[in-house]
Amino acid sequence: MSNAATSLPATPDRRLGSVLDATAGVLLKHMPAISAGLGLIVLWQLIVWFFEIPTFMAPSPVDVFFAFQENAGILWANLLPTLLEAFLGFVFGNLVAILLAIWFVHSRTAERAFYPIAVFIKAIPIIAIAPILVLIFGNGLAPKIIIAGLICFFPTLVNMVQGLKSASPAMLDLMRVLSASNTEILWKVRLPSSMPFLFAALKIAATSSVMGAIVAEWIGSSFGLGALIIEATYNFRSPLLYATVVIAAVMAVILFFLVSIVEARVIRWKPAANH
Amino acid sequence: MLGAPKLKPEIDAPAAPSVAATAVSIRNVDVRFGDGVNEVTALSGISVDIPEGAFVTMLGPSGCGKSTLLRCVADLIDVSEGSVTVFGRTPSQARQNRDFAFVFQDATLLPWRTVLENVSLPLEVGKHARTGDYADPRALLQMVGLAGRENALPHELSGGMRQRVAIARALVTRPRILLMDEPFGALDEITRDRLNEELLRVWQETGTTILFVTHSIPEAAFLGQHVLMLQAHPGRMKEFMKVDLPFPRSLAVRDTVEFIRVTAHLRKLLEECL
Repeated sequence: MSNAATSLPATPDRRLGSVLDATAGVLLKHMPAISAGLGLIVLWQLIVWFFEIPTFMAPSPVDVFFAFQENAGILWANLLPTLLEAFLGFVFGNLVAILLAIWFVHSRTAERAFYPIAVFIKAIPIIAIAPILVLIFGNGLAPKIIIAGLICFFPTLVNMVQGLKSASPAMLDLMRVLSASNTEILWKVRLPSSMPFLFAALKIAATSSVMGAIVAEWIGSSFGLGALIIEATYNFRSPLLYATVVIAAVMAVILFFLVSIVEARVIRWKPAANH
Repeated sequence: MLGAPKLKPEIDAPAAPSVAATAVSIRNVDVRFGDGVNEVTALSGISVDIPEGAFVTMLGPSGCGKSTLLRCVADLIDVSEGSVTVFGRTPSQARQNRDFAFVFQDATLLPWRTVLENVSLPLEVGKHARTGDYADPRALLQMVGLAGRENALPHELSGGMRQRVAIARALVTRPRILLMDEPFGALDEITRDRLNEELLRVWQETGTTILFVTHSIPEAAFLGQHVLMLQAHPGRMKEFMKVDLPFPRSLAVRDTVEFIRVTAHLRKLLEECL
């Protein structure tokens, strides 16, 4: 029986084995980070016990753990709208930024006209824009998506403009000698050479879009992790507050890693080091 | 020079073999950059005819405008005065007709494309992308000694290999003229010597006219049928001289008295330019 199992390479046991091996490898690689994290949580627990800190002021990790169990339904129900807002904000904010960057690179006038306006919008504190948008768009998803999008927009615009301009003069000369059109230059040279710049911005945007959605939910919202944070704070439900914060952070980290995975698939090349 | 160099005119054979037509004609060319007080004269009063099928090297001190002249032929820079014609066409028409190809100092490969995709790039862009009579990218890679590396990415290749890819990419449109701007300038000497020999072989196999900018005297003498010497401030013609060394040339020719006589003469001219 065991002989038959070893002779077949693709048995479920084997596949499970290799997955476990891979998991063990990842765990081993990140051992210092994992031990440090666990150590800090244990330290936190000990401090709360030792100084007998009241739960409403700072809950212990065990309290937070139970808060997850007790409030699983609430947390899940409020996670989904925030995730949706962050995701849609990420998509639209970056899409607008990318299209605008392409326009700027092809029209010096457009860049001179709208770049300062983009800088000005960036300069307004996001927390100050939120009430304005709530007044205009009401209390639904729209203002939250716009704020999550706005927060993604600026870093991507700046990086994308830089990335599209990063194609070397020699590459552009090459395309000119080949009589390539502007569209061909955009697709074959400018967009590919902007990818490292774009992904640097998208990784920032992945985490800040969650922040944007939560900040937007602070302004008179009845749903989402942001609203839950406000509610838990005012009711001194500290364990729930902490649990919500942890969920928001985990969400941002997951989005960050998703972008990193896509980046690793898209960018397999290295800039040619000629000298 | 002993006879015409076109041993195997496989790719380019429109002209009668006995009469060497003019590939590039440069007439009283001035190039100035900037305006007013900032105006700099890069080239002044250049006139020269490059015969079809010839291998002409351009040599001169830095700032003499040899790259500028090459870029005028390639339609990358407009001349301020005078005219440049490429097979009787303006540089712009010649560019659109794919009469010439350009090889840059650094290979200028697109780092996200494989070797084969880089060589195929000229077949994908430009209005003539699908209509031209083009060479097979794989066969060209074979010719430059890169068979088997089709799927490598540029960063996986050495500097010399990247430049071979650039040469294959230039040849894929079967250009009548190859414009080369210090293509081996960044390579080590051993690699450069090998590529020099191979370039001569490619030239003899294809019959392409080659205009080759270099700042190396031995390279100019070894490759060129003719050497076009420029001097600086402003860039102007010093001499257009024939190199009387027989083809095919191997690296051993550089140890002969005749070769040393040529390089000594070129060195003397270069010193006069300073």
